Amino acid sequence: MNRLELTGLTTRPSQVWGGVRLVPLVREEPVAGLRLHREVYEGLGAGIVELDDRTHYVSYIPHGLVADWSGEGSDARDGGGQSAAYGTQFSGLEAARTVRLPRLAHHRTAKRRPGDRLRFLPLHLALEGYLALHFGGPSTAWEEWSRRALQAGLSPRAEDTYLGWSVRGLGDALRVFEIHPDQCGVMVYVSDALAAAFVVPHPEDYRLLHASLVEDLYGELVHQYGLYGAPVPEFGARIGGEEHIRTLAGLRAAALGQERAWAEAHDGLFARELLDSSYGFERVYRMGSFTLWRFLPPFVRDGSGQHIGETITDHKGRVAYLKTFRLSDPQIRRGHLLHTLAGADWELSRAAEALGATREELVRRIRAAGFSALLKGNV
Amino acid sequence: MNTPESPADLVAAEDLLLFVNAAITATGQREFRSGAISQHLSLDFLHTYVRVNYRRVYAACLALDINDHNAARIVLGLLETAGEASTEERRAEGRLIAARLALLPPQRVYRLFGEVRRAGINNRRTRAILRDWLAARPDLGHDAVKYRSGVKTAARHVHLRCPEGPARMAEVGAFLFRPGKLPRYGHPLLDAWRRAHYEQGAVAELPFSVAEGFAARHGMKRAVFLERAAPRMTRLERLRTQEQRAVGDRRPDVDLAVMPLTRLALYVLALPFAQRAARRAELTGALRTAARRAAGGHAGSWGRVHAVLDDSFSSSGSGQKRRRPLAVALACHYLLEALAAPGAYRAVWTSGRGDALLVRPWGPTPLGMRVLDALEPGPGGAVPDRLVIVSDGWDNAPAGLAGEVLRVWRRRLDPGRRTAVVHVNPVYDSEGFDVRRLAAGVPTAGIRDAEDLPALVEIARFAEGRAGAAELHAYLDRRVARFLGAGVGAGVGAEVGDRGAVGDGRPGREAVS
Repeated sequence: MNRLELTGLTTRPSQVWGGVRLVPLVREEPVAGLRLHREVYEGLGAGIVELDDRTHYVSYIPHGLVADWSGEGSDARDGGGQSAAYGTQFSGLEAARTVRLPRLAHHRTAKRRPGDRLRFLPLHLALEGYLALHFGGPSTAWEEWSRRALQAGLSPRAEDTYLGWSVRGLGDALRVFEIHPDQCGVMVYVSDALAAAFVVPHPEDYRLLHASLVEDLYGELVHQYGLYGAPVPEFGARIGGEEHIRTLAGLRAAALGQERAWAEAHDGLFARELLDSSYGFERVYRMGSFTLWRFLPPFVRDGSGQHIGETITDHKGRVAYLKTFRLSDPQIRRGHLLHTLAGADWELSRAAEALGATREELVRRIRAAGFSALLKGNV
Repeated sequence: MNTPESPADLVAAEDLLLFVNAAITATGQREFRSGAISQHLSLDFLHTYVRVNYRRVYAACLALDINDHNAARIVLGLLETAGEASTEERRAEGRLIAARLALLPPQRVYRLFGEVRRAGINNRRTRAILRDWLAARPDLGHDAVKYRSGVKTAARHVHLRCPEGPARMAEVGAFLFRPGKLPRYGHPLLDAWRRAHYEQGAVAELPFSVAEGFAARHGMKRAVFLERAAPRMTRLERLRTQEQRAVGDRRPDVDLAVMPLTRLALYVLALPFAQRAARRAELTGALRTAARRAAGGHAGSWGRVHAVLDDSFSSSGSGQKRRRPLAVALACHYLLEALAAPGAYRAVWTSGRGDALLVRPWGPTPLGMRVLDALEPGPGGAVPDRLVIVSDGWDNAPAGLAGEVLRVWRRRLDPGRRTAVVHVNPVYDSEGFDVRRLAAGVPTAGIRDAEDLPALVEIARFAEGRAGAAELHAYLDRRVARFLGAGVGAGVGAEVGDRGAVGDGRPGREAVS
């Protein structure tokens, strides 16, 4: 498996608000046997995640998602049974305002809950995968590997992201967006650059999670596009060849053709960079017939957008849940550099050769990318 | 009329239509897609632009079915810049202003007086207009209790004489300016207000909105208070509190059928689905009766009518105009049913649902496909005589399809204009300074109350460009003449003939029984 498979999801015409274009994805039938709920955390999104006994990190975590593949609650309308406990209420204001709970330390990014449920932190799986990219270092100790790195591990990497609220126009666009009755997903474009894709298994889950898009993290590029980008044009329907239309049925066929034309244009043009790339998938958790993965792009530097993300697929590899994060160009460069270094077994000369550059140039690039800690002082 | 029209005339006519659309729909409140501030800025610009360039027409707009917010603004604008008008213009304006003030709900007029005071307008003419209006009030004592600060501001601003002595006016003067001086008042309401401070029994004698405050102060139980206050409520207050006054299944007998149509639609939409389904016969009956009354003389005269009604998510309006666009669509549904020939009406909701009573704002707006559905001939292959589209002009699945469908259909399938198409839009678009249009060839009119639909369809004719600027001005002159002719005294009568409805359908109109 190296691609995203969006079979079963149909693209519907986009809705534009300023520079933001939202493309609804509609499922004919919801994915059977999987539901997602939202867990809202206190503390304005600041959270600590314990990865293992010794490692933890601090990050912005407004909410978590609970995947429920027990099959309960899928028939009960109000999320009956146990699933009601899992944040189906949207804000949980009553509980949060009256009882001061101790700051919750999240144990691992994906954590099994009692029953057939798994709590995971949206986008954190993906970001952690990206941040830890090849940071295990080389398998053998080598001369340029600093003593500090060997003794204490590498210092943590940090990446800046922007909150959805600070992407200009996104909050308004989500507010005025008209959700389709069977909608299970959305593609967010800012200045017609794909900023995020979001897919859930069931329309009711989508309705509850729609507003949470504004609490998500977005890359630097998306923020800049939102800030400096001009309003994008609507995809205006144009009925051509009107001289051949003689009946109402003919007009209806032409109108339907416009809807089809949009769906094709979107999948082939707008979402191409997401759907046509091949990804490196890493399995995080298996739950019944569903699997939770995180994926990394190939880090090729051809100027197109590249996305990291996480997804839940069913036994046929079709996407039931998807959330992506668009990397900015410096982030892609960093990934590319780390990839090349790892491919060359962390030997600078070989890596420089693979990049078609000199050793000095490579050192300069490593420093510029903020990885000086990887290098010994005298290099 | 065959007089050649200069481009300037056409531009003027277009500006006027633009302004009328704005003055009907915009209230300076938040809409689904634009905020209150942008509405204010946009409306400010329009008012200034039209007032400076077409002052005569600006004043004449007072005779049209524009909303109260804009009517008050026009009055203020005219009074503020009286120096720019000639003597003759001022006289005509004065008559229009007086006639319009007589129609406005009193709370609006008192607010307008406050704005006049803040703007520092205090010439002899303004004082005369205000004094005449105050003199025409049926009971100033009632106003003094209900709109206390408003009356006080107005009286002070126009130097209203409240001579000392035993007369009625003197009492009102004492009530407003020397409170607590008189041991008792001869006027029953003034005296009730005095007693209500310490006597619960007097609370029920006061107007409802004033009594509410006293009831809260006395800690009266809401249910008990509502029961006692019911006889003194206005019609709309009675409708508003109806659900609170219901005891079990027994509802106090408010005659829903006498309510204005759009108000009634708003009331129905505020009810939960289960109640709407359970009271289907009652609610449908009331809506039908109100619609028949609103249709008046036009009933049954529109032939075969097909309608596209927007119940997409955006019809939920905003926090300030809750469900207003949907209520207008629902009211139009029943009104069109009454206007169409019996059995020759068909409605298509954008969501595809068929039950008008259970509509809710939900989902996208596939307006193009719905227009196609509505254009399908009715039973027996009969082409509709009219196609009415009630929508906010946003068409997003896909965008612009409705306009394209209408354009191609008009050009290829109905070049002879067998079917008249009109689009009415309840939402003001602050960026476009107008209501949003669907297509260039389709006339669009702003709408606020569904009751105005027949009059608006007349105006929309001009927007299509098939009737010229001269005709538009003639129409305007006719409206003004009718508005003034029916006169200040019987001001409501003009409206009755015009709307073909009982003229008291306006929001906030006093109807103390």
